[in-house]
Amino acid sequence: MARKSTTQRVVVSTIGAWFFGFLIFFPILWMVLASFKTELEAFAIPPSFLFFHWTTENYATVQERSDYLLHAMNSIIIAGGSTLIALLIAIPAAWSMAFSPTKRTKDILLWMLSTKMMPPVGVLVPIYLIYKSFGLLDSRIGLVFILCLGNLPIVIWMLFTYFKEIPRDILEAARMDGATIGRELVYVLTPMAIPGLASTMLLNLILAWNEAFWTLNLSTSNAAPLTVFIASYSSPEGLFWAKLSAASTLAIAPIIILGWFSQKQLVRGLTFGAVK
Amino acid sequence: MATRQTQLLARSLLAPAVGLLFIWMIVPLALTLYFSTLHYSLLDPGSESFVGLENFRYFLTDPAFLASLQNTLVLVGSVLALTILLGIPLALLMDQPVIGRNIVRLMVIAPFFVMPTVSALVWKNLLMHPVSGLFAWLAKLVGLTPIDWFTDAPLFAVILIVAWQWLPFATLILLTALQSLDEEQKEAAEMDGATAVSTFIYITLPHLARPITVVILIETIFLLTVFAEIFVTTGGGPGLQTTNIAFLIYSQALIQFDVGSASAGGLVAVVIANVVAFFLVRIVGRNLEA
Repeated sequence: MARKSTTQRVVVSTIGAWFFGFLIFFPILWMVLASFKTELEAFAIPPSFLFFHWTTENYATVQERSDYLLHAMNSIIIAGGSTLIALLIAIPAAWSMAFSPTKRTKDILLWMLSTKMMPPVGVLVPIYLIYKSFGLLDSRIGLVFILCLGNLPIVIWMLFTYFKEIPRDILEAARMDGATIGRELVYVLTPMAIPGLASTMLLNLILAWNEAFWTLNLSTSNAAPLTVFIASYSSPEGLFWAKLSAASTLAIAPIIILGWFSQKQLVRGLTFGAVK
Repeated sequence: MATRQTQLLARSLLAPAVGLLFIWMIVPLALTLYFSTLHYSLLDPGSESFVGLENFRYFLTDPAFLASLQNTLVLVGSVLALTILLGIPLALLMDQPVIGRNIVRLMVIAPFFVMPTVSALVWKNLLMHPVSGLFAWLAKLVGLTPIDWFTDAPLFAVILIVAWQWLPFATLILLTALQSLDEEQKEAAEMDGATAVSTFIYITLPHLARPITVVILIETIFLLTVFAEIFVTTGGGPGLQTTNIAFLIYSQALIQFDVGSASAGGLVAVVIANVVAFFLVRIVGRNLEA
């Protein structure tokens, strides 16, 4: 930004960026618009862009016909639960590796990363059979567990890179003043770690909310989160575009808002700190 | 404060995470390995018998494997090419002085936050439907025959959907990298009379080499196992035209209930992913030293 930006250059790049940004965003916008149309208008050719009969009846119908709230609640429980448990396991681990590193810390971190590289489909069969024999198929607890394990490496990695940035001097000063590890954790580390914790939590919530391999394979109805609920619209007899759009809009809205707050951390979390 | 005590504490804090991940990695993988040597069909329980490498022979010589391997490679390669070739100019554009940059950035990132089942169904119906889709209407406007995407070019349709989902990721990482580029270096080059093109080739592009590598590796890991997009749009068809390795294993396991063969396939997928992971872990590891 240090370079001179002439008015002409600003105008050209602004128009270009808005044009392409709009193009990329368009499918989402189109879906939101369709959610306010009647089924006939959503299907109509030529399509109407803004001048149609705006209605919110699709949103009401989605809930009435398919118990949308149950699936939304499942999504909240599964994404929230798996994130919380992952944090509970990851915080001590990341704390220990960031502040008491040993020779093996780097190997452990890379090994954890490598578990994330295992394609889920490689263990689909045993997980499915184990879940079947323990009655965990189509259960919230089963999905909480599997998503928690699946995202644990990312959570540990993100927390580790954040904890690493907390200056060591402060810890030493606290220790000199006679702080015990417990007090150090509560009064010194926690306040400094909260921003990192918050972004890790956000990113993990987003990943768990949108997870669509295990949720599609391990749940069908009672425990089905929104990913599975939306997938049920793919059957030919369920081809209601306006209702599909309304259900979809509801399903992605909270995540787009969370995503807005986490965009910086997104890069860091998904590249395991390789790009900051 | 005894250091030994601290070390002990540190280890016990680390233990649950390591233990869980170890179990998570070893137990299912060992079971997959075990099942892969069995004749094991869920339709015919109690008939399990040891067959050695028979499942691997069956899986690897199955024409469906070669077809799905090819589809996987085409899918991964095309999406990588699309996201990077479009992501670089897009990131460069967004790095310019743009009025309302935050809003533009949100619009560009948004597709990444849309759950895969939603993106796939919205594209399949609202945009790509051969009669009532927006693309069909646009094609007719300019006098072309609308394409029946999922009949005539099903794999390409899936590629478009997946590329749309991953373009934000590539763009965002490249943009982050661009913003860390030293402006003075570029300024100096411009003072020396370098054109925009040569500044790009000799300064910007080398700076982007590492982030591009990271994008390629991370996207590859996720793209190797694209599943939901295929599951809700084509179900692998027509024929095997959109079946990738992940979907093939899924259909052998949960549609044909052939546990043995699906397990063998699962191990093949693990091997392929590990080749990629090997390089990614090295790059990230090198970064850890710095």
